[in-house]
Amino acid sequence: MDVIEEGIGDIFTDPDADKARAFFRGKSRKMESKVMSVKDAVEKFVHDGDYLTIGGFGANRVPIAVCHEILRQGRKKMGFAGHTSTHDFQILCAGEVFDRCDAAYIIGLEARGLSPNARRYMESGKVKVSEWSNYALAVRFKAAAAGVSFYPARNLMGTDTFKYGGGKIIECPFTQTKYVVLPALYPDVSAIHVHEADIYGNCRTKGITVADFDVARASKRLIITCEKLISNDEIRRDPSSTVIPYWCVDAVCEVPYGSYPGNMLGEYFSDEEHLKEWLKVETDPEALKVFLEKNIYGCKDHFEYILKNGGMAKMQMLRQKEMMFIGAR
Amino acid sequence: MPDYNTMELMICTASRELEDGATVGVGTGAPCAAAMLAQKVHSPNLVILFEAGGIAPLIPEMPISVGDSRTTWKAISASGMCEIMETACRGMLDYTFLGGAQIDMYGNLNSTRVGTDHQKPKVRFPGSGGANDFASFCWRMMVMTPQDSKRFVEKVSYITSPGWLSGGDSRAKSGLPLGAGPYKIITNMAVMDFEPESKRMRIIAINPGYSVKDVQDNCGFELLKADKISENHAPTEEELHVLRDVIDPYRYVIGR
Repeated sequence: MDVIEEGIGDIFTDPDADKARAFFRGKSRKMESKVMSVKDAVEKFVHDGDYLTIGGFGANRVPIAVCHEILRQGRKKMGFAGHTSTHDFQILCAGEVFDRCDAAYIIGLEARGLSPNARRYMESGKVKVSEWSNYALAVRFKAAAAGVSFYPARNLMGTDTFKYGGGKIIECPFTQTKYVVLPALYPDVSAIHVHEADIYGNCRTKGITVADFDVARASKRLIITCEKLISNDEIRRDPSSTVIPYWCVDAVCEVPYGSYPGNMLGEYFSDEEHLKEWLKVETDPEALKVFLEKNIYGCKDHFEYILKNGGMAKMQMLRQKEMMFIGAR
Repeated sequence: MPDYNTMELMICTASRELEDGATVGVGTGAPCAAAMLAQKVHSPNLVILFEAGGIAPLIPEMPISVGDSRTTWKAISASGMCEIMETACRGMLDYTFLGGAQIDMYGNLNSTRVGTDHQKPKVRFPGSGGANDFASFCWRMMVMTPQDSKRFVEKVSYITSPGWLSGGDSRAKSGLPLGAGPYKIITNMAVMDFEPESKRMRIIAINPGYSVKDVQDNCGFELLKADKISENHAPTEEELHVLRDVIDPYRYVIGR
């Protein structure tokens, strides 16, 4: 098939479906307990140089404990999928964790504003950037999840988002219509926060799935953090609620309030005051250092981070904010 | 005539474009406020969609994220990125509202960078997000933005999301779905559409208190003028009441 036009951006991961199949052939199918601490999960499954994807939507159902632990363990030179990334991106930039990035949505925290530190980092020249859109990256995960090396789409064409990305334009063999084809993205490691999981890694989420259905299946290694562990009997009682099957999963970490300071549907709302503080301290690099020492580097785990930011009283307030909102109208 | 500010005027103007029963893909902020206003004032069956997965919520108050709990409140489905964008690509989304740091005469939008070195940009912005996708797929793309010659530029530094590209039939030739593209540009001073042949931006309505000259003086390229330029009407008491007291009581979007 002839390539009509191609982007000049890098493709940071290998889209070869047979190489991926060979990897997945060796992945365990054993139903065994994968329960461990976030510290152990990051030590075992996140390495320097790996390509990383974070599930959820920026500050909604995000695995914050894993993001913080990656900083604490000083991971560097990673690749990152900047797909719907907001607060997760902000944290990883604070640790200068990655040096190459597939950019679809980065730097911003939506209506809250832009992260000054993430912006500095992305303007520094330290990070190689390839451009995509949110859907383009979702399509790349979808191709990988389907075990094929590319998928066609109808976006990007005619724009600089195409030019600075790694897609190619081809002609449909049936209709002669132009399509952009996007290479499969198999992350080395991903982390997804869910509402419930059993000890083997069968997962349930409530609300929007964003791209997590495909990210979970596309990833070579997957760390799950969950609000709470549930029994395998409960999973089997209602199999239609399973969003991620256990064989995708390498680690299961029970982290209540694991999306804090982000939102978790039906559980707790985002801590807007704390997110505002993050944005504010970033205007002063010295203040940011102190802030990171307090909230990340000086914390043993996610519980300690929560304790330093209002503890259970704060969590109850955020639960009420979410519930009152849900019950109020 | 009631007193109102620029943001209120743009939101009210935009909301009137959304007819009952239509589908619209929105982000946070002003676009969401316009869609909520339309739903509460004249288009109760307007279907609002968010790129993260929310379909047809009855949004109780302004979301802060296109993926937060409010975006699936009393929704018919909490889906995902692919479901929303595939629905749009199939031809089921009528409208979208987008924004950016720069817009050119063909409605191309820049929300990625200023400067020429892509690997070390002078100013970096968030990038496409779902904007390139909505701009490619939704039948009618609209923009709400202040009229300012720093924003309305001859040539954008970077085309993040497609407008009519270089005008004429260039968009049709690009491979993007046929028949979709920029529809109206709503500013504090005027409403513009695109001349059907050249696809150049054209003034079709002027807001109260402004002249065609004001609009042109605050635009970095030459605007076409429709044969008949109408006067856009100010926000009504009802629109302002719903906007201020129901949709955005904390004035996150409309300001104080």
